[in-house]
Amino acid sequence: MSWILIVEQSLNGLQFGLMLFLLAAGLTLVFGIMDMINLAHGSLYMLGAFLAATLVQATGSFAAGVLLAIPATALLGMLLEMSVLRTLYARDHLSQVLATFALILILNEAVRIIWGPDMPLSVPAALSGPVQLLPGMVYPAYRLLIIGVGAAVAGALYLLVARTRIGMLVRAGASNREMALAMGVNIRRLFTLLFGVGAGLCAVAGALLGPLFAVQVGMGENILILAFVVIVIGGIGSIRGALVGSLLVGVVDTIGRAFLPLLFGIFFQPRVASAAGPAIASVLVYLLMAVVLYIKPQGLFPARG
Amino acid sequence: MTRYLLALVWAVAGWLPLPAQAADKVKIGFISTLSGPSAALGVDIRDAFLLAVKLNGGKLGGLPAEIVVGDDQFKPDVGRQLAEKNIKLDKVNFLTGFVFSNIMLASVPVAFENKIIYVSPNAAPSPLAGKQCNPYFFAASWPNDAYHEAAGQYATTRGYQSVYMLAPNYQAGKDSLEGFKRFYKGAIAGEVYTQLGQLDYSAELAQVRAAKPEAVYIFLPGGMGVNFIKQFVAAGLSKDVQLITPGFSSDQDIIRAVGDSMLGTFDAAHWALDFDNAANRKFVAEFEKEYKRLPTVYASQGYDTALLIDSAVREVKGRIEDTEAVRKALKAAKFQSVRGSFRFNRNQYPIQNYYLRVVGKDSQGRLVNKTMGTIFKDRGDAYVQECSMK
Repeated sequence: MSWILIVEQSLNGLQFGLMLFLLAAGLTLVFGIMDMINLAHGSLYMLGAFLAATLVQATGSFAAGVLLAIPATALLGMLLEMSVLRTLYARDHLSQVLATFALILILNEAVRIIWGPDMPLSVPAALSGPVQLLPGMVYPAYRLLIIGVGAAVAGALYLLVARTRIGMLVRAGASNREMALAMGVNIRRLFTLLFGVGAGLCAVAGALLGPLFAVQVGMGENILILAFVVIVIGGIGSIRGALVGSLLVGVVDTIGRAFLPLLFGIFFQPRVASAAGPAIASVLVYLLMAVVLYIKPQGLFPARG
Repeated sequence: MTRYLLALVWAVAGWLPLPAQAADKVKIGFISTLSGPSAALGVDIRDAFLLAVKLNGGKLGGLPAEIVVGDDQFKPDVGRQLAEKNIKLDKVNFLTGFVFSNIMLASVPVAFENKIIYVSPNAAPSPLAGKQCNPYFFAASWPNDAYHEAAGQYATTRGYQSVYMLAPNYQAGKDSLEGFKRFYKGAIAGEVYTQLGQLDYSAELAQVRAAKPEAVYIFLPGGMGVNFIKQFVAAGLSKDVQLITPGFSSDQDIIRAVGDSMLGTFDAAHWALDFDNAANRKFVAEFEKEYKRLPTVYASQGYDTALLIDSAVREVKGRIEDTEAVRKALKAAKFQSVRGSFRFNRNQYPIQNYYLRVVGKDSQGRLVNKTMGTIFKDRGDAYVQECSMK
């Protein structure tokens, strides 16, 4: 096993982790601050990807399409918050789960009616090849772009939350909602804004991952489960926790898929290894979550003191 | 009282063996994967099947044909529900359509229990060829292993010393790599099973790069294959590693999605666009005229399935209620297949030729598969001995 392979797999894990972070960041803030379980978060990811595919087609430019899709999805997210989700804040978690699950089904069918089951979206030609990173090591250019954008957005989000007045309100809301309300924070407007930011982040992830995977109805559901795992590991309501959790999940998932079958091959018969390797690799993330919850039931970075 | 008497008469009449009458129409349940990233396959089969019916004047074997189309959404439970609906509610005479083995295997028992014949336009898994071979199952396509056996034979003939293999973790995936290994004599650089429906292959591609094989063999139908090949090219692996695929992984649907980087890919299949027989020339021309795209192997199978059913209905002179006669007529396979020579083995799986193809440019500059030579002649499958049917 060469070091090049380890570096390449780490980059793959980093790329996956950063994209998970974009989803988990919005989810953790909504969950942590509004105390609202939003299962329809994955649908915003899907909407972002469909909007990006449409706008890329309309403008003829990948960058323009993706950049336009972000505010468009944010706007849709805010509309959704004002029209439907706002009425759910006062309800218990079960009602929220039921209502947002219904939203998933409604949005899936709506997308199917408007766009059909899928949309073509491909990597821009300039980025479709590999680049030489180090002697003997090449890496797909588009995946590097994803890592770059993911890291930049994560950095910007950190500055927004840690250094701005809005960020301060967000943190105040996350650590003690009643106290923030008592101090006169306009929670309603903050919630709407927050929801818009979360939706925008979903659009970034959806638009960037769309060309790698496929822009299709139901694309949000699988990744939503992982995003929930991330925020549970990281601690609900904590951006720092979401970042650490995402990178952990991304790296563990990738490394597990890559190295576990090899590791099993050392200890077991090849037949057992090739059967057990992929099986264990696919539950590795959930094992990680169980271990974290056992040691730190509040997650790695609990937002509430 | 008269009502009860009448009911009694009906009930008794139902028990009496009446001479089979010619039906007034033939009803076909067509269930396939028509949405999601793997939809292109089911859509091609459906389009070609409907084209064959249309060219036949809306008839199959002289009877007006009614096709009930359903989308299994790539989900076994949905496929099974649709099969039950087709059989119990729509009262279809034949069932066909499934692309994926796992969905078909979940759904066809409903047909078998109700003595409805299933004619497979694609999935033909090993269990149904061997021990569990069934009188109501006909494969108008090719056994799941066949393309892979042919590809393995090609890799051996070509002298490749190390091949890395990749398939999804399900029945057809395991069948496929078993088939490849049956005829490939070189070393195996790696054998990896991924999740069915996986779309990101970054981790697997890094392993391929580290293993430095001479060739990679993949069994990744539909969107999985599109994503793998795109990512394979983006990772720069296509320069050093020869990609070998089963026919459908470098067919027109994949070529449309991936583009020029497909040039020079070798694959094995039982059919190609350029086959020079009358049935095929007509099929390719009509398909392109109707749908403005070139057909894939899947399309050829859908077309052949319709022709096969057509021949059987004609052979029994429309008496499709007589299932035994229909079975016999299907088994005779009296139709001009677009693939050329075709006949059924005793397990009702095909005996046919398999060819080496390469992706190149045709006279109009389009990327197409060209036939390079014959890999197997009159090949059946490895499981037929285990089948107890005569």
